Amino acid sequence: MGGPVSPQKIGRHISLTCENNGDIMTDATSQSGPMLAADGTPLKKSLARALRMQKTRALMLIAPLLVFVLVSFIFPIGKMLFKSVENDIVVETIPLTVAELQNWDAESGALPDEALYAAFVSDMVVAINAKRHTRLGTRLNYEHTGMSSLFRKSGRKIKKLDPATDGPFKEQLIAIDKKWGDVTTWAVIKTHSVKITNGYFLNAIDMQRTPEGAQAQPEDKRILIKLFQRTLFMSLMITVSCILLGYPVAWLLANLPSRTANILMILVLLPFWTSLLVRTSAWKVMLQQQGVINEVLVWIGLVADDARLVMINNQFGTIVAMTHILLPFMILPMYSVMQTIQPTYLRAAKSMGATNWTAFWRVYFPLSVPGIGAGSILVFILAIGYYITPEIVGGTKGVFISNRIAYHISSSLNWGLAAALGTILLGVVLLLYWCYDKIVGIDNVKLG
Amino acid sequence: MADSASNDAFVEFDRVQKSYDGETLVVKDLNLSLPRGEFLTMLGPSGSGKTTCLMMLAGFETATHGDIRLGGTSINNIPPHKRGIGMVFQNYALFPHMTIAENLSFPLEVRKMGKTEREEKIMRALDMVEMGAFGGRRPAQLSGGQQQRIALARALVFEPELVLMDEPLGALDKQLREKMQFEITNLAHNLGITTVYVTHDQTEALTMSDRVAVFDDGRIQQLDPPDTLYENPQNSFVAQFIGENNTLEGVVKEINNGIAIVELDDGELIDCKPVHDSVKPGARTRVSIRPERVEYNKDRIQEGAHTLKAEVKEFIYMGDIFRTRLSVAGNDEFVIKTRNAPDVERLTPGQQIEIGWLPEDCRALDA
Repeated sequence: MGGPVSPQKIGRHISLTCENNGDIMTDATSQSGPMLAADGTPLKKSLARALRMQKTRALMLIAPLLVFVLVSFIFPIGKMLFKSVENDIVVETIPLTVAELQNWDAESGALPDEALYAAFVSDMVVAINAKRHTRLGTRLNYEHTGMSSLFRKSGRKIKKLDPATDGPFKEQLIAIDKKWGDVTTWAVIKTHSVKITNGYFLNAIDMQRTPEGAQAQPEDKRILIKLFQRTLFMSLMITVSCILLGYPVAWLLANLPSRTANILMILVLLPFWTSLLVRTSAWKVMLQQQGVINEVLVWIGLVADDARLVMINNQFGTIVAMTHILLPFMILPMYSVMQTIQPTYLRAAKSMGATNWTAFWRVYFPLSVPGIGAGSILVFILAIGYYITPEIVGGTKGVFISNRIAYHISSSLNWGLAAALGTILLGVVLLLYWCYDKIVGIDNVKLG
Repeated sequence: MADSASNDAFVEFDRVQKSYDGETLVVKDLNLSLPRGEFLTMLGPSGSGKTTCLMMLAGFETATHGDIRLGGTSINNIPPHKRGIGMVFQNYALFPHMTIAENLSFPLEVRKMGKTEREEKIMRALDMVEMGAFGGRRPAQLSGGQQQRIALARALVFEPELVLMDEPLGALDKQLREKMQFEITNLAHNLGITTVYVTHDQTEALTMSDRVAVFDDGRIQQLDPPDTLYENPQNSFVAQFIGENNTLEGVVKEINNGIAIVELDDGELIDCKPVHDSVKPGARTRVSIRPERVEYNKDRIQEGAHTLKAEVKEFIYMGDIFRTRLSVAGNDEFVIKTRNAPDVERLTPGQQIEIGWLPEDCRALDA
């Protein structure tokens, strides 16, 4: 990036000017303070200018990917995460009512006055014409059962009212549905009228937003905390089984002669070339009560025909199938670390008097820990968000939190709760990652 | 060959053979015995079987045939960790996840030694290699030379009677290598330990060892102290491998009073000392002469020396010596070395000169 004039010439020129100004400085480097380039600009600035072109070019090269990731990944995820607290719908659908609700004290036990009912009717007439009132009903139904049908049924009758002439409305509304004469109905609307809510997050941890503040859900509705615990526990089990099964394989891969090791490597990679769905379904064939394993056990007489083992649609099935699917993710990082452990370390240990076991445990194993760490992070993080396999082989007892998220996304359409669950899951993963970094140190992890 | 049955032998290889594939022998009939306290070097080109021998002694390879004895008892069936042999590896093999002190502590811990005793021995071993202040560091924080010292200290800390070293100085630069050669020999002699040292560097072998075993093709070609090895090579391989050497080929005419008359391929007759068994009248032979034993200054050629005509091909000024390449008796690669002295003539390429050497410096070996 050489300019037409050499820096030296500029430097000489500048220093001459300086002398003319009566400045004693003749050499850029003799000055205390920031280093100056030959032309008198600070060196840092000069360097940044020289590198700018290179940086721009590098940025241009990755720009397509950057834009793609931004548009298709970062932005939707951000939007989805925001859904977990977003609650515009109440304020936007019934703005006058929400304003009036501020003057009403839910704890007094008295019904709101006529002004609020009038405001509600005018809001509803607008909303009904725009066909938005049922959506509000659905939203409030997440928090209080019955709201959806209340809004749908009342909607048809409120439609006939004229907010300008048909008042007063208090008695009329209570006549339409006696729930409008229930303090609870209005309390629920008031509680969930805020624009940014913690309601979804409270729901996600088996609590609810009430006029009296955050409270635990009734006993029979508390399932999500349990599901989170189960997800963590099962992911941990899967990670541990992967370590136990993968370590010897990785060791063999790293220590066998290359020809045999290559064949073994193909066997390890084979699952990658097979559809995930096929592998999961194969486990279904293997594990079910009329499946291959049970048939064989019954045939050799180890298990009675009427006492076949239940190995699927429970936690066992999920752990077995997912261990199998995630095993390569454990073996590969372990293998790449073990490959770098020189066999002379073991020889050195033995020459110093260590038995095979001591040599392994004191020398080989500690050196292979970064591989175990890398594999564990990979497997655990993949497992904690796994969806397909638990969905197919998990039944009801072996499903993960991700299956619940999928349910709320596609069946109950409670996207706010789904987003809150997803956010928590993301938070848990980041927290674990942080803990791991503190304990093992992420620099010690080698993926290849 | 070594007298394999001597009673004071500490380490003994008795008719040892080794094959990896069941078809070819890597080590063929190895007989070797070391007395206590000896520094023996196994020298040879790569693939000559020297490292295999070392690994068999350490217990990492098993002998296909024959006996290896340590202190009189066969160790063929003793696993490496029970042999009590210290070993220094080519790339040091310091455990990277342990500090220097922990590295040294390892052989003591597996021997179930108490903490105070361990610390005392570690300190002593570190002081021995002048690395006393480095106990808390990790191997990666040390330079190559320092790692080399630690590897040495680790091999010695449990006070083995026998230490094996597998090309331990291979990764160091020349200056450091020379310094370490000196230190290792000193240490070995001061501690009185028996050392088996493997290298492919002949200078290292000559400067460090009490005796050198030259390996080639799975056999010991010659086992002698360094000076004997250099001055009296027993066959042309050793002559070629140790130091620089000139070779002239010819046929033995006759042998009289320990002097062989050899007719070189260009018809010239020279006197030689017959060394190899195969040197008999009528047999082909290779005549070996060291470059520094050849003179060309007329007043320096000793009495009784044999003289030959030569043509100067190349003259290189190397500071302390002059290195001249000549064409002698049809051999264009005949090299002579002359010490740089004021009265030595400097030659020019193309010049015709007369060179001379003493018959006893000229050794008739196998063809």
